[in-house]
Amino acid sequence: MATMSDSKTNEINLTEPMITRPFRVNRAIKDTHDTFSLELTPSGNSNKFDFAPGQFNMLYVFGVGEVPISISGDPAKQSKLVHTTRAVGNVTKAMNKLKAGDTLGVRGPFGTAWPVKEAEGEDVVLVAGGIGLAPLRPVIYHLLANRGQYGKIALLYGARTPEDILFQKTLEKWRSRFDFEMYITVDRATGNWKGNVGVVTQLIPRSPFDPLNCVAMICGPEIMMRFTVLELEKRGVTTNKIYVSMERNMKCGIGLCGHCQLGRTFICKDGAVYPYSQIADLFTKREL
Amino acid sequence: MPQETDKKISHYILKATELKSLLDILFQREYHVIAPSIRDKSIEYDPIASFDEITRGWIDHQKPGSYRLANDEQDRFFGYVVGFSSWKKYLYPADKKLFEAEMDTKNFRVIEDGTAAPKYAFLGVRSCDLKAIEILDKILTEGPYVDLDYKRARDNALIIVVNCTRAGENCFCYSMGTGPRAYSGFDLALTEISDGEKHYFLVDTGSRSGEELISELGLSSASEDEIKTAEKAIEQTIANMSKILNTDGLKEKIWANLDSLYWDEIAERCLNCGNCTLVCPTCFCADIEDTTDIAGEKANRTRKWDVCYTLNFTYVHGGSIRTSCKSRYRQWLTHKLSTWIDQFGMFGCVGCGRCITWCPVGIDIAEEAKQLIESS
Repeated sequence: MATMSDSKTNEINLTEPMITRPFRVNRAIKDTHDTFSLELTPSGNSNKFDFAPGQFNMLYVFGVGEVPISISGDPAKQSKLVHTTRAVGNVTKAMNKLKAGDTLGVRGPFGTAWPVKEAEGEDVVLVAGGIGLAPLRPVIYHLLANRGQYGKIALLYGARTPEDILFQKTLEKWRSRFDFEMYITVDRATGNWKGNVGVVTQLIPRSPFDPLNCVAMICGPEIMMRFTVLELEKRGVTTNKIYVSMERNMKCGIGLCGHCQLGRTFICKDGAVYPYSQIADLFTKREL
Repeated sequence: MPQETDKKISHYILKATELKSLLDILFQREYHVIAPSIRDKSIEYDPIASFDEITRGWIDHQKPGSYRLANDEQDRFFGYVVGFSSWKKYLYPADKKLFEAEMDTKNFRVIEDGTAAPKYAFLGVRSCDLKAIEILDKILTEGPYVDLDYKRARDNALIIVVNCTRAGENCFCYSMGTGPRAYSGFDLALTEISDGEKHYFLVDTGSRSGEELISELGLSSASEDEIKTAEKAIEQTIANMSKILNTDGLKEKIWANLDSLYWDEIAERCLNCGNCTLVCPTCFCADIEDTTDIAGEKANRTRKWDVCYTLNFTYVHGGSIRTSCKSRYRQWLTHKLSTWIDQFGMFGCVGCGRCITWCPVGIDIAEEAKQLIESS
């Protein structure tokens, strides 16, 4: 095999991709009763972390384990790396106990990005379900920072209850903007909730965007994404302009461990963000 | 690591009695020599320290779910085909420490594993297994990310192929285009000829390192007759290979049958034990295990071979994706014969037959693929 030493070495990342880098926790924020955000200070020469909206990192809690978590912070603020997580498993529960000054291992960024460049000049519809808002937040930061590049921007967000609504202060700030449309719905109204009740797909028919000149980005449970696509299609959005973010078990993040396979694709390297048209045939296959 | 210097392969003759000299050179050059030996009543690729440890005089009989060794009447060195393990256990170990980390009050620091890359000489690599190594090369070294431990071990490795002059009952390398003869990718390739009177190897050179070994041994060139005899022996192997898998449109045909009811029939027999993944020379799925010592001060990260037949393999918060037995067998077979091509441009199966032999219930990938397609 003569191809080994002279093959594409220029494209190869020759640092060991499985070695984690310890980052300092700058701030631990409790978002809701079961979700939290960790703001990290990148270590290394530049103290900067460059990523594209939609990418994820593998986060390592010393000795406990590693999980793939989307980056939820502002891509323009490279000295502050933010992830938002729900405490559900061993690793995320241990992560929830970290405080300012503690260390968290980071590998990444990995995966594909939301099509913020392709969406320039068009309306943008963002549909989020639950914690699915977290991977979409970097997109919103980007869109608002470059507001002149886009048409209408609409965020449709569904949470379980009013108490589960993420980033409430940020959402309030965005709501007050005249160039940003936001609709929130909850599955179950509690307290003095006076807003929408029901699934997020109900918001699609009445939200203001031009279906023929828009890009849609969806993140949430698979079933929610599937019905969101159907609603968007009903309004005339074509599937190559609908993007979804997929999730599977991931152990390496670099396409070598095999866990995240969805048919022909590896979600960690071919996704997690896909144009829906690229994986439409895989979406409805059970147990794939 | 073989370097292709000249596309033209040269042929030499190595007498059976001279095999020891070849091995001695490898030991002198401080290669970690791995060669066939017998372990647990099967052919195994084990480290050897001297020529005497090489096994000789055995053939194997393989059937679905069955493996038996028997005496070889021709007393050949390489009369058998493949045993249960493959060379991946050396290039891509089943259990590999990736790093160690140490906690110091609030901060941890990572200590990379500084072990030097091994320098292997593999003796007795079959053509199917050589193709399997090339498949692993594609996956683990051609990016976007590279497994550096694999790449270093691979770059150092010297490969001596043995072309197959006997077809095993579960072999279908000819269908998969991976054997029984290797044409490139090796340093040396041996074809063993034993006809009662003469016992020798036709030696093909495939790299500069291979040429150097030949000149150090002072071997003479093979005659036309000797080359023809070896070719005939290999043609005979092809003629004797009874297992056939038609690969025309196989990728599309398997994918088109994703919802076939035939998967349920396989699931009634499949134990989901994962033996097929462990003996497969191309299965590369791995788990990452993070552990600490009891004081919680030292942590290790280990990469371990994983098996797509476990419920855990697809676990995400809330449950597993592939909960049924059939979905897990379907994943494995579909990956090998269909989606692997989408991912890497080649089949994930080299037709070595190990998964058939070592399946406790004798499920036969070639037969199941055929039945699946015919069932539609």
